[in-house]
Amino acid sequence: MANHAITVTVNGVKERVDVPSNMTLLEMLRQRLALTGAKNGCGAGECGACTVLLDGEPVNACMVLAAEVDGAAVVTVEGLAQDGQLSAVQQAFVEEGGVQCGFCTPGMLISAHALLQRNPRPTEDEIREALVGNLCRCTGYTRIVRAVQKAAQGGVE
Amino acid sequence: MLARPGLVSFDYVRARTPGEVVQLLAEHGADARLMMGGTDLLVRIRDGAVRPRLVVDLKHLPGMRDILYQQQAGLTVGAAVTMNQLARHPAVVAHYPLLAQAANSVASYPLRNRATIGGNLCNASPCADTAPPSYVLAGRIVVHGSAGEQEVAIADFFRGPGQTVLQPGQFVTAIRFPPSPAAASGRYLKLGRNKAGDLAIVSVAVLGFPDASAPSGYRFRIALGAVAPVVLRVPAAEEWLAHHPPGAETFARAADLAAAAASPIDDVRASADYRRAMVRTLTRRGLNAVADTIAAPTGSA
Repeated sequence: MANHAITVTVNGVKERVDVPSNMTLLEMLRQRLALTGAKNGCGAGECGACTVLLDGEPVNACMVLAAEVDGAAVVTVEGLAQDGQLSAVQQAFVEEGGVQCGFCTPGMLISAHALLQRNPRPTEDEIREALVGNLCRCTGYTRIVRAVQKAAQGGVE
Repeated sequence: MLARPGLVSFDYVRARTPGEVVQLLAEHGADARLMMGGTDLLVRIRDGAVRPRLVVDLKHLPGMRDILYQQQAGLTVGAAVTMNQLARHPAVVAHYPLLAQAANSVASYPLRNRATIGGNLCNASPCADTAPPSYVLAGRIVVHGSAGEQEVAIADFFRGPGQTVLQPGQFVTAIRFPPSPAAASGRYLKLGRNKAGDLAIVSVAVLGFPDASAPSGYRFRIALGAVAPVVLRVPAAEEWLAHHPPGAETFARAADLAAAAASPIDDVRASADYRRAMVRTLTRRGLNAVADTIAAPTGSA
């Protein structure tokens, strides 16, 4: 099986990685780059725990081959905070208690961040639709939705 | 569901030309699998349902990710256009809104960034969301193979669940839609177990437009998803609608005819009886919604 020498920008840093054909983007992030924020949940695009931004758009990293992302830019939950400052969505999750066990949180944050990028003033229905691919088994979603609403009201994201 | 181990070993190739794909398929035969968004293929590889030696990525072929619209020629959608691309493209939203509605109803937003219209159609699931709109919009599948390019009408493309007319060595490069009839209105109605994010239990696409050659002044096209081995058009209901004035009674009768045409199965998502009942409900709702927004026939038409 051939290896692919790829160049990918992850959280603003250009990385050169040798990846086998059958390695997923999620495996590359976690095993090669030690970015363990994105989680391996279902491995089938159902749970969203592995959600990352690929060229600015959220995708399930378990369903992308690492070899596919040659030349692309990836942002993981580790890349949301800037200069030690939590992003508006992260801060709102803290303040609203949108976290219990935390397994879904990295994916939730990425999906919520992407929603506010494309729609800075979402309705509650729009928030729930945008998070339909991110399963949370703890919170019942109420506080998560409230956190996204709070981040939206806070403006800059 | 437990997290599953990694993918079996295979080689990955990013194809650059259709000729390269033809050659790779000729060399590797059934050991090669074609991929675009990977949302179905990678799950099937992980489940062990398929064990390819070679995965050929088609989405970087010329034109595969482009949407072209011309008033005269209609719409050409590259096979690797994603659901989100389709759902927000201005020409699709303006001229083929039910295709945008269907694309926007697929799974979740992140999945829609990867899932493609070509993959949705080629997997030939009876509940594929882009299939019923493609029927009522008279879509044509552009098939590439060793003999070059040919077009297949959508109604001739599916053979059964998971089966299409594609032969070994052939692949889909685009889907073409003729210009929508003048003053047409369309709706895609989908029933899932949840409001969003689920596969269709039943789906119905309705297109209506004024037509002076029809005794009622209108023509309607109806396509049903997830209630037969392949998508069904409902000629009996369409004939009825062409011959009877639009209104609640006509639509109720057409909805009965659509329910009668369906041949659904019982499965984990719904019973056959429930599916049939929902065909009736969604067809009636679709007809009402289309009739409300369709332009009145003009005397000069």
